[in-house]
Amino acid sequence: MKRVLFIFPLIVALGIGLFSVWGLSGDRNPSDIPSALIGKAIPNFKLETIMTEGISELSNNDLAKLEKITVVNFFASWCLPCKLEHSSLKKLNSSYDIQLVGISYKDKKSDTSNWLSELGNPYHVVGLDISGRTGIEWGISGVPETFLINKKGEIIYNFAGPLLGKNLAHFENILRLELNKKQ
Amino acid sequence: MNAKLFSITLALCFIFFQPIWAVEPDEILVNPNLEHRAREISKNIRCVVCQNEPIDSSNSGVARDLRILIRERLLNGDTDDQVYNFLVQRYGEFVLFKPRFKPSTYLLWFMPFLLFIFGLLIVVRVLKKSSGTSVPEGVYFTSEEILEIEKKINNGDRGN
Repeated sequence: MKRVLFIFPLIVALGIGLFSVWGLSGDRNPSDIPSALIGKAIPNFKLETIMTEGISELSNNDLAKLEKITVVNFFASWCLPCKLEHSSLKKLNSSYDIQLVGISYKDKKSDTSNWLSELGNPYHVVGLDISGRTGIEWGISGVPETFLINKKGEIIYNFAGPLLGKNLAHFENILRLELNKKQ
Repeated sequence: MNAKLFSITLALCFIFFQPIWAVEPDEILVNPNLEHRAREISKNIRCVVCQNEPIDSSNSGVARDLRILIRERLLNGDTDDQVYNFLVQRYGEFVLFKPRFKPSTYLLWFMPFLLFIFGLLIVVRVLKKSSGTSVPEGVYFTSEEILEIEKKINNGDRGN
């Protein structure tokens, strides 16, 4: 018993040490917060659309009706990482059978349309979230932020930041897994 | 003369350079009661952009939007809990600086008491042990030895 008590502090110290090694090493980013919406239905929203033929309004019901896997991407013309991400979105749209929905976050209508005309519009639908309230409904912390929604209308993955490099590869892996699922 | 100039400058400093608050004048509610509740709530809500700052003191755009939203909800008659629930549903428990008391946080809330009890048990154990072993059984001095010790003490021996 005495011996156990003797090595007890050592075990505690070792535990703290290992925890620190885990906390400081690798790609772990402590400021990454998992989205509270994973596994939940699309939050309520209703937005005016632009550069979208035949649809003047975009709501959560419209997204739930889609029979395809949906990628919802929040962007803004004032956001530089969004510009970097733009080619990734184009690639996603041309390589996979998905519905790509863009939501322009706290941006002017004219700025958004100029931006999309200049860089090309990969989105099937573009909603305008001028007030940023829809962004709050989706719990975003900034732009760009991307959500993956399955055919049942549940949010299955979220990524905050530009989809580039290994983050894009990871996103594509999850997307492919979902596309290969038989439902 | 210089002292006068200095004091005037100092006074001007206080007049023109008020401390900067993140809460902007256009956000503040007329009803002081609701405004007070809004401030208390926003002090407990973590800003999702600058994560160690409450939205009450954060200058980020999202923090401002959330402050305005909290005030709107309070004006519409929401209770504090309803406002918290609204934010937690969207941003997760992470946005609360003070974690809620529920099964998944029991360990967190009870840990200080558990550690206290653990420490207390160790102290009790150690004290018990030390009082029990101070005079081990079977090693009492014999009466002859006691006599000898008394004699030595009386002789002024201090033991060596």
